[in-house]
Amino acid sequence: MRIPRIAPSEITPEEVFLNRRSLLGGALAVAASQMVPASESAGPDSGQLTFTRNAKLSVTEAPTKYDDITHYNNFYEFGTDKESPAREARSFRPSPWSVTIDGEAEVKGKFTLEDILKANPLEERIYRLRCVEAWSMVVPWVGFPLSALLARFKPTSKAKYVAFTTLFAPARMPGQQANVLPWPYVEGLRIDEAMNPLTLMVVGLYGKTLPNQDGAPFRLIVPWKYGFKSIKSIVKISFVERQPPTTWNIVAPDEYGFYANVNPDVDHPRWSQATERKIGGSFLNSRQKTLPFNGYAEQVASLYTGMDLRRYF
Amino acid sequence: MPSRSPVSTPEWTCGGTSDAVNVEQRYRYVYKPLVFLASLIPLIWLTCGAFGWFGQDLGADPVKKLEHELGKTALNLLLITLLVTPVRQLAGLPHLVRLRRMLGLFAFFYVVMHFTVYVVLDQELSFSSVLADIAKRPYITIGFLALLMLIPLAVTSTNRMMRRLGKRWQKLHRLVYVIAVLGVWHFYWQVKRDIREPLIYVGILAVLLGYRYLRRPRKPAQVAQVSH
Repeated sequence: MRIPRIAPSEITPEEVFLNRRSLLGGALAVAASQMVPASESAGPDSGQLTFTRNAKLSVTEAPTKYDDITHYNNFYEFGTDKESPAREARSFRPSPWSVTIDGEAEVKGKFTLEDILKANPLEERIYRLRCVEAWSMVVPWVGFPLSALLARFKPTSKAKYVAFTTLFAPARMPGQQANVLPWPYVEGLRIDEAMNPLTLMVVGLYGKTLPNQDGAPFRLIVPWKYGFKSIKSIVKISFVERQPPTTWNIVAPDEYGFYANVNPDVDHPRWSQATERKIGGSFLNSRQKTLPFNGYAEQVASLYTGMDLRRYF
Repeated sequence: MPSRSPVSTPEWTCGGTSDAVNVEQRYRYVYKPLVFLASLIPLIWLTCGAFGWFGQDLGADPVKKLEHELGKTALNLLLITLLVTPVRQLAGLPHLVRLRRMLGLFAFFYVVMHFTVYVVLDQELSFSSVLADIAKRPYITIGFLALLMLIPLAVTSTNRMMRRLGKRWQKLHRLVYVIAVLGVWHFYWQVKRDIREPLIYVGILAVLLGYRYLRRPRKPAQVAQVSH
């Protein structure tokens, strides 16, 4: 029996898809008028963001349901189950928030998130997200290019890499009370990867402030790399000369590389990366082929010309 | 022929007749049906989740959830099966052995379901991927081996096969220790980082196997030695 790739019932009608923001806005307005106290759980400043839509850098696939994006999370700071971040991050307060900039840059210091946001107009980009565990989503992020942020701090010629650090606060992030990973979580990019127009600093999801379980209030998204590179709840950005340590690479260097580019030809030692299961797909038909660089090869493959991607996985 | 288990024969013949009848009746009409229903609970719960019945759901990745829960249920039942002998001996409940076959068969049933979900729903009947997985991924290789080894045990679980194989039956069924080790190992090996849960299984299995190791010299043919 041949099953069609996409059942007709699964396809969102075009007019609904195109109007989803107004639908969402309408739903939000209703929600806001009816249950103001209930919105407390999503954080005090949760709400609609102002942004423009970047269609050029968005994929045309229908986004994964909001409910799935917010209830299927790998965020070990709030527990190792997919379901636990939504539960454990409920009382997390992502404000006030500030980000420390240090290392090889002319402008350094501690900046409030408001300050960082003031200088950077927000845009929405619908990106694919591919987890190293071989599942994927399509997510409408709201943010701004990392390159715009980095330019402001005037990195010096010694700044070859950018290192990121997640908040370390075991009392607020209960997952950090267990020794599952060395805390705080750290990640890094080569400076040219960081400056690539696709690399996004994210503060929102589906037009609203980023929910806690998705890395509030300020996270990275590198759509051509496995999800663990896209570090969450960032409190520090450092410009460094040498390749910085990265958490998953520290704990299992044979399984998780520094580059971690999505690559269907290089398997994880314990599972295949050739295909992925799309979250929210139908029961019988959600496995799809994984694309090199997660479908962003055209924009980023040139960053790695001449590199042996099997060695630098 | 009555459908009595051969393991019950010694008690049947040696014990006080009315007592034995009582025990037989209780196992047949109360304990076994209860264990049967209890073993079905995970399947019923997952079925409700898969179809969205009674407000149950399997979350954002229902296939993985099904796969993992079926596998874990199989492991649970396998370890419970291995618990029967120690409890029988330590708590002085010799008749408990009558529940063991059903538990073992349910473990086999859940392993088969686990594998079926993996092949049909997860890999979507791509047999080349399944074969590649079995050949290339050690944790899948050992899981598959455990499944294969369970087949002869399930096939020889009938009274007739027990009689036919005699002493060799017990020897064959010692394979269950290897299967349990492979099963727990399979679980441990597929976890990404948080090994706390599989470690609990390792601990329980170590106790269950350690118990047998310690009792080894005093434990000849179990079936014949069933107590009085």
